[in-house]
Amino acid sequence: MNRWLPFEWTMAVRFLREGRLQTIFIIGGISIGVGVIVFMSAMLAGLQANFIKRVLTSQPQIQLLTPDQVARPLRNSAGEIEDAVVQRPSQRVISIDQWPKIRAQMQAMPEIVAVSPTILGSVLAVRGDASRSVNLSGVEPDSYFKIVKVPDYIVAGEPRLTSEDIIIGVELAKDLGASVGDKLNVRAASGATRVLTVSSLVDLGNKSVNQRVCYVALRTAQSLLGMIGGITTIDITVGDIYAAEEIAQRIQAANVVEADSWIKTNAQFFTAVQAQQNTNTLIRLFVGLSVAFGIAAVLVVSVIQRSKDIGILRAMGTSRGQILRVFLVQGGLLGFVGSLFGAAMGAFALVYWHSVARQADGTELFPLILERSLFVYTALLATVTGLLAAMAPAVRAAKLDPVVAIRG
Amino acid sequence: MASEILRLENVCKAYNVGLPTETEVLHGIDLELDHGEFLALIGPSGSGKSTLLNIVGLLDQPTSGRLRIKGQDIAALGDTEITHLRGHTIGFVFQYHLLISAFTARENVMMPMLADRGFPSAEIEARADLLLAQVGLEKFAGNLANNMSGGQQQRVAVARALAMNPDLVLADEPTGNLDTKSADAVFELMRQVNRDSGTSFLLVTHNMDLARRCDRIIEVVDGRIRA
Ligand SMILES: Nc1ncnc2c1ncn2[C@@H]1O[C@H](COP(=O)(O)OP(=O)(O)O)[C@@H](O)[C@H]1O
Ligand SMILES: [Mg+2]
Repeated sequence: MNRWLPFEWTMAVRFLREGRLQTIFIIGGISIGVGVIVFMSAMLAGLQANFIKRVLTSQPQIQLLTPDQVARPLRNSAGEIEDAVVQRPSQRVISIDQWPKIRAQMQAMPEIVAVSPTILGSVLAVRGDASRSVNLSGVEPDSYFKIVKVPDYIVAGEPRLTSEDIIIGVELAKDLGASVGDKLNVRAASGATRVLTVSSLVDLGNKSVNQRVCYVALRTAQSLLGMIGGITTIDITVGDIYAAEEIAQRIQAANVVEADSWIKTNAQFFTAVQAQQNTNTLIRLFVGLSVAFGIAAVLVVSVIQRSKDIGILRAMGTSRGQILRVFLVQGGLLGFVGSLFGAAMGAFALVYWHSVARQADGTELFPLILERSLFVYTALLATVTGLLAAMAPAVRAAKLDPVVAIRG
Repeated sequence: MASEILRLENVCKAYNVGLPTETEVLHGIDLELDHGEFLALIGPSGSGKSTLLNIVGLLDQPTSGRLRIKGQDIAALGDTEITHLRGHTIGFVFQYHLLISAFTARENVMMPMLADRGFPSAEIEARADLLLAQVGLEKFAGNLANNMSGGQQQRVAVARALAMNPDLVLADEPTGNLDTKSADAVFELMRQVNRDSGTSFLLVTHNMDLARRCDRIIEVVDGRIRA
């Protein structure tokens, strides 16, 4: 008998040990349930983390744009509307008004980590006979690389971006037959042309993006696109990515800009995650319920099997409360031990699935995230479930009439 | 303090009260048991001996009448106090279902002390071993209850009943399932404890030979004590 184990625990452990097969089967059942929950939760967390990581490192969390240009109905001198039919005006590419002032304001906000002015436009990249229409981003490398970690995606060359340099996607390089150190002709719709040197190639993990992406210095882009001193967007990174939308709304309210957070632009993703989480919760609930019913069923049978023992214990001075606890402890122990095996099973399945399930290009489908908190949380939940499930059988055991039990 | 450990006044017991099957099993029992007395309770099967013992052992309540243990009126006590009294003042030896099978002989003897203290200790273990030696089973301390003969199990049960040093031991046909030799050994064991430590005994038995060796014999017939 273990010196450190109180009476109730000693009884509970012995009863469970003596009911060998019952105990093994119910622990098996709990393990499977817990395993499923651990597997599902970890995979979902992995997929989410994958996305969040992309948000954190390869796109700004808030973008400030020029507000949509709205047309107003034509009015006469008396203020009456002369022509109510209003056409949406074609959206000219224009610079954000007084952007250095806005940038300074943004930099002053404590929630904001990095601010970078950017100019976006379409140009033609030409090399020899090959030409491709590409998306040109003119950036200030110092601030921009804090928001989009371009250097992390470089597969060849170095993250250099002087006014004579250009960083291009790997697929674009292939299409143009260009490599690091080669010269590219970049031509704007207005006819402006610059010859730039490829300083590095980047792989952003998506083929069509890699076919069209290219970065140049802000000034280079401004002169190519004919917007000297102008920019089209201000990219922002915030400390708490989930506060992005709220911050964006505040910015928009205070400035003549449109502020789009990653939460707004990825609404679809959030809906999908939400739906998945709802399903996950539902599955958890039902797995938890079936585990609870399993534990309760086993303990109800155990109470009947042990009724003589309970009667003897009561006759020798054991209180109702002690009997109650003996069975509560059994429920809690079953849940806890089951959760340990289940967590191990879930983790094993996850490692296996992670190594087997691959995307078409062989990269991982989801990152392997096995957080300790998930295991602690699951074990806690299983233990509490066991305790709750043991409630009814334990009350029944405590209420057992010792006379009836002993008379048998 | 009264000199008697136990006093029953006009105790009645009916089963299935309020149902059509209501039957009164005990009809006005008056009984006294002195400190250190060894009393035999005899009577035909179904006469109400076990019912009486369960009431005295506080496992069951009388329908009417008064029960005093060590002068204390039981009707005035709550569940906690009754449980305490069961643990500290009374020891039980049953005819069947003697021991808890998941435990060894020593652990079975430790059980009442463990339930009382909450934790096992060297002291409790030593007392269990002492009691087992007293019933001549020191060699079987580590045996699981199931691996012992009926006589051995019953001796362990006696040791367990004595664990809390009770004032009163209630034994319901403890020798009913044993051969003559084992029955004699178990009886002598109880008689010995009675003589040495002055523990009172209330022994239900069918064995007239054993009953005659007690201090007093009381016969229960049809729920009444026959004078
Ligand atoms: N729980 C019960 N419900 C109804 N009748 C009972 C119950 N327990 C005992 N009896 C009846 O009470 C009578 C006395 O039983 P019992 O005290 O066991 O007698 P004894 O121990 O002398 O053989 C018997 O007729 C028995 O059928
Ligand atoms: Mg009987």
